[in-house]
Amino acid sequence: MKRFRQHMLICGGTGCQAAGSVAVKDALVKEIAKQGMADEVAVVETGCNGFCAMGPVMVVYPEGTFYVALEEKDIPELVSEHIVKGRPVERLFYKEPKTKEVIPDMLDIPFFAHQQLIALKNRGILDAESIDEYIARDGYKALAKALTEMTPEQIIAEVKTSGLRGRGGAGFPTGLKWEFCSKSAGEVKYVLCNADEGDPGAFMDRSILEADPHSVVEGMTIAAKAIGSHEGYVYCRAEYPLAVYRLQLAIEQAREYGLLGDNILDTGFAFDLHIYQGAGAFVCGEETALMRSIEGKRGMPRPRPPFPAVAGLWNRPTVLNNVETWANIPQIIQNGGAWYAAIGTEGSKGTKVFALTGHVNNIGLVEVPMGTSLRSIIYDIGGGIPKKHRKFKAVQLGGPSGGCVPEAHLDTLCDYEAIAKVGAIMGSGGMIVMDDSTCMVDMARFFMDFVQEESCGKCTPCREGTRRMLQILEKIVEGHGEPGDLDTLEELAPMIQTSSLCGLGQTGPNPVLSTLRYFRHEYEAHIHDKKCPAKSCVALLEFKVNEEKCKQCGLCFKNCPVDAITWEKKQPAAIHLDKCIKCKTCFENCKFDAID
Amino acid sequence: MAKLKISDLAKIKEQVTASTSLREGGASVKVTVHMGTCGIASGARTVLNAVMDELEKSARKDVIITTSGCMGLCSAEPLVTVEKLGEEPIKYSYVDDPKMRQIFNRHVLEGEIQTQWVLAKGSEQ
Repeated sequence: MKRFRQHMLICGGTGCQAAGSVAVKDALVKEIAKQGMADEVAVVETGCNGFCAMGPVMVVYPEGTFYVALEEKDIPELVSEHIVKGRPVERLFYKEPKTKEVIPDMLDIPFFAHQQLIALKNRGILDAESIDEYIARDGYKALAKALTEMTPEQIIAEVKTSGLRGRGGAGFPTGLKWEFCSKSAGEVKYVLCNADEGDPGAFMDRSILEADPHSVVEGMTIAAKAIGSHEGYVYCRAEYPLAVYRLQLAIEQAREYGLLGDNILDTGFAFDLHIYQGAGAFVCGEETALMRSIEGKRGMPRPRPPFPAVAGLWNRPTVLNNVETWANIPQIIQNGGAWYAAIGTEGSKGTKVFALTGHVNNIGLVEVPMGTSLRSIIYDIGGGIPKKHRKFKAVQLGGPSGGCVPEAHLDTLCDYEAIAKVGAIMGSGGMIVMDDSTCMVDMARFFMDFVQEESCGKCTPCREGTRRMLQILEKIVEGHGEPGDLDTLEELAPMIQTSSLCGLGQTGPNPVLSTLRYFRHEYEAHIHDKKCPAKSCVALLEFKVNEEKCKQCGLCFKNCPVDAITWEKKQPAAIHLDKCIKCKTCFENCKFDAID
Repeated sequence: MAKLKISDLAKIKEQVTASTSLREGGASVKVTVHMGTCGIASGARTVLNAVMDELEKSARKDVIITTSGCMGLCSAEPLVTVEKLGEEPIKYSYVDDPKMRQIFNRHVLEGEIQTQWVLAKGSEQ
């Protein structure tokens, strides 16, 4: 048998053939013959080598050099360099993809690098449906510590030291709340979890329940020991089926392991948990309404005092905390309150989870230490505004109870007081980023519409006041605003705020007030000039063709559904306002930005 | 299942660490499909079905497939983590059925990371 000094094994699998290996092989044979080496070098077509994505591929023996993505034009160079001169052609080598240049380290990605995880510690790491995996990540260790090594007073002291404040929005010190409840007289007390996350754009609590339900179960059980409770409820909205399912599973697993029920961990302590599914009424996120709802009554708030710590569910002393607050508890007990208090600012300790949405590149769930600036969250973690020609306008914090923060205050730090100072609230953590295509009046109208719809109707200021405010806002965005409207809004807002029964009405006017504070000129433009500066309120738009930019292509004419546009070849188009229905079709179809 | 005593917590931790850790459980690869609502809404279930299907076809016994919750970057879902013994975990973003199959066959089985779809390597903690 004839012996060759070199073998060139070119892949002839379907993948490589599709990528052009036949032509490469022909070129190879021709080139070798041309250089007079047909007797020395064998060209062999092989079966699929498996690396089809980089085809056509070839291995040259005896060296075992691996070439990828070959093209016909590479062949003369390859043959004269490698076969004649013995110098492999490096540019045709396979590039190892496992190098740092190609794949960034997760922590080199700003989205992850700027986060600090406490409440979200187990996100994406454990199987949410396996209690064993939670235990393997030191789960229920804090509960064991609380049940065997700590007195109720010590648990409360630890939580007070941590400086943890309610993550549902109001920011009441958690330890203090527990202390009030523990001091209330009564044999029967309740521990409740508020998972009735209702702010538009907020999804922190859902994500925690879906990813790490046991952390909430553990946190609640620790509180039960602290206040002397033996029964608890998680009030979760029925619109969160996956969260409800995983939480239910977690509760069942915990019962099976003796981590809920009688004689927990053989310590004699008893506590059990139930899920109560809410029907999705926003007002049921308010604590007294939530409790009425669990009692089986219509979810409506009642005046406080008495506060729930004294008379809550079924008039018994009750501690109610939000999902994120509960998820922090096990680690505070395990690592100590001082550890938690070392993170954050003077008045706001620990971390806060935000649901980052809207006009931002990295939509998602972020947990940052208190004291991080809003700018850092939106730009470093969120990656900024997606559309290049758009600019940041404002960020809405705290949903319908909150306010917006404009560019000028973006360096505000995450801190309950600092955010309140600029007219917004920390809230539960909804963070909606808006670019300059958003009309602030319309945004205020949206939230007012939400509040008005969700008002339970029990007290007059909220029921009637929010409706009046909504009517005025609707009038303004439709172009019928009158000069006195802003005064009326500013007169109504404080009235509703001070005289409403619960937080819903007390905070409902906030979005209007904060947009009036920072974007009053937009309201004025709507009312006086009948113009929407963001070009968003359709009723206030008048479409016309910019004759300088118009390339006379006729696309607008062809797409107009009501024949409101006239156009002839080599003539700019014209829009007839009497026929125009302001559908924006011409605006969206114009390739030259020529519709104003 | 018997009720736990405090000493059992450490035992469970040990057992689980052994079975989920690649080193001691006899497995060489762990594939995690992130299945929060955001993941499921963008198709994580299809991805999970695809990888289960490929695993069955491959008849490999040393691959663990598991699910987990949202890892935070909801806009890049479905996300999948592939962790091979002795290597850093690799996170893939925007995974779909065919991508998952290719990731399984190339990366899980043959060790060739599909860089074109990789979000990052490593983990948050």
